[in-house]
Amino acid sequence: MIKRLLAGAAAIGAIGGLGFLYYAWYPPIEPVEPPAPGSFSAEQIERGRIVAAEGYCAECHTRTDMGGGPELAGDYKMDTPFGAIYSSNITPDVQTGIGNWSEEAFQRAMHLGVSRKGVHLIPAFPFDHFTKMTNQDVSDLYAYLMTRPAVHMTRRANELPFPLSLRILQAGWKLLYFSPGVYKPDPRHDALWNRGAYLSEGNAHCGACHTPRDFMGAEKKSAPYDGAVVDNWIAPPLNEHNPTPTTWTEDELFQYLRFGVAPLHGPAGGPMSPVPHRFLSTVPEEDVHAIAHYFADVGHAAEREKHDKAALARAMEQSKTDLIGPSVDPDAKLYQGACAACHYNAAPSPVLGRPDLALNNALWLSEPTNLYQVMLHGLTAEEGQTGVAMPSFYNALSDQDMARIAAYLRRTRTTLPPWTDLEKKAAAVRKTVTTIPVNSSH
Amino acid sequence: MVKFKLNGRDVSVDVPDDTPLLWALRDDLDLTGTKFGCGVGQCGACTVLVGGRATRSCITPLSSLEGADVTTIEGLDPNGKHAVQEAWKDIQVPQCGYCQSGQIMQAVSLLKDYPDPTDEEIDGVMGGSLCRCMTYVRIRKAIKKAAAALRKEEASNG
Repeated sequence: MIKRLLAGAAAIGAIGGLGFLYYAWYPPIEPVEPPAPGSFSAEQIERGRIVAAEGYCAECHTRTDMGGGPELAGDYKMDTPFGAIYSSNITPDVQTGIGNWSEEAFQRAMHLGVSRKGVHLIPAFPFDHFTKMTNQDVSDLYAYLMTRPAVHMTRRANELPFPLSLRILQAGWKLLYFSPGVYKPDPRHDALWNRGAYLSEGNAHCGACHTPRDFMGAEKKSAPYDGAVVDNWIAPPLNEHNPTPTTWTEDELFQYLRFGVAPLHGPAGGPMSPVPHRFLSTVPEEDVHAIAHYFADVGHAAEREKHDKAALARAMEQSKTDLIGPSVDPDAKLYQGACAACHYNAAPSPVLGRPDLALNNALWLSEPTNLYQVMLHGLTAEEGQTGVAMPSFYNALSDQDMARIAAYLRRTRTTLPPWTDLEKKAAAVRKTVTTIPVNSSH
Repeated sequence: MVKFKLNGRDVSVDVPDDTPLLWALRDDLDLTGTKFGCGVGQCGACTVLVGGRATRSCITPLSSLEGADVTTIEGLDPNGKHAVQEAWKDIQVPQCGYCQSGQIMQAVSLLKDYPDPTDEEIDGVMGGSLCRCMTYVRIRKAIKKAAAALRKEEASNG
């Protein structure tokens, strides 16, 4: 009896194993001669440029360490919890890029996460989002990429430990987490909403940073847009858990995504900065409106908006608190000396270019990470509000100073409980700054 | 190589990326009106305008200013007769004078945001600009005088 049960289990296991191999196996697709640039129309290439911009391809497919690299030639280093991995060269170079990929191979890679040779791609390449893109958009993207300059450049080898380095295991990941298929419009919503959802859930892959991941590195389907830690910054929640006192309305989102600064929230910094400046400022305005429209809904803007007037009045009142009462508060003095000249605001609403900290995302998040990042790095004239810069306080403020300012702002500008271990956290964030922005010893 | 606009003309400076703007202004571009005070962005003496906003040049890396529009005290007005400079002269604000170019630049940006500033607004924005000669009373008076002059200018232009 036991023998028969074991034999049965073995048979089921073997069938399961074979089934898995069948599921996991993809044939290689024959290499092709690189398509002649003339084989694509100018209109299609331009449409592809927009698709590439809305998917931020160049952001993760261009090396930024080691002095940078040619656009789209890959070797961008991504630190994952499993080890560092390096992105692929997606220029049309035959040996090191995708020059000999047919459009069929490219469609398969985007929709199913499988390379031309039939190898499973690591989901750091967000095919779980790109699978939602229409064949037409992928086709246009192919036209754009195949008409870029070919760059001969090999990426560094991934640093994934065995057995994670076995690509066949990626098929298991797909079995658990991946549901392929082009975006299906939601009939309960209008065309603008659906356009926004199509872009955000698909090509723009917003959830890749803004949705927390589980221990297998998959986006938690139970907590979409709940916010996550990415590249030592916090990608804030985009859903109803977004903690800012004023609402991310469609207009605020549009200003932020198109121009890099939302008047009642603040500038885009860190890894978010290129999204408006390098990409969404170059695409049709109506697409940015659609994304803003969609996320206003994701963030429950309509229900929250009614509190905005009171929240704004409260914030403006708080901007004055540094000057009222016993002037012995040394933390207030520190804040006034280092920050207030640029961040002070008077009623009725903040001046554009004077980001009001009482309204700023960074102060309302669960950790001071983003506040510290901005203090340490500052903002360049190309980040946040264009043409305006924030200095780097890396050498100007000690961890203790930063902790005092953070505690002071959290206490006076928000209604939330104090942050803990502020000095330790300042030191930890400081450690992540690999290139010190400013050095007065020249 | 960083390219930016300085007092209305295009300049490019070839220095290491982490060089402070103040170093480039004084040592490479020979504009010494902007002063070194504390070196850690806590006193306001080195204030210049970047994109029209008051910015502490001693801790602003030059490399962060690619394409930006920088104005120093030398570029405020071709004849040194900006309304704020005129008010400063009329009221005889400076004593030793060291912090004053920073004070003036900060005041210019204050008046852009708050054309008719209250004492509270002046304190809020100017509070980070220190003066060891304690000229604060005259600074406040001059800001109000300049504000009135600028509003008059604005009215006659409009």
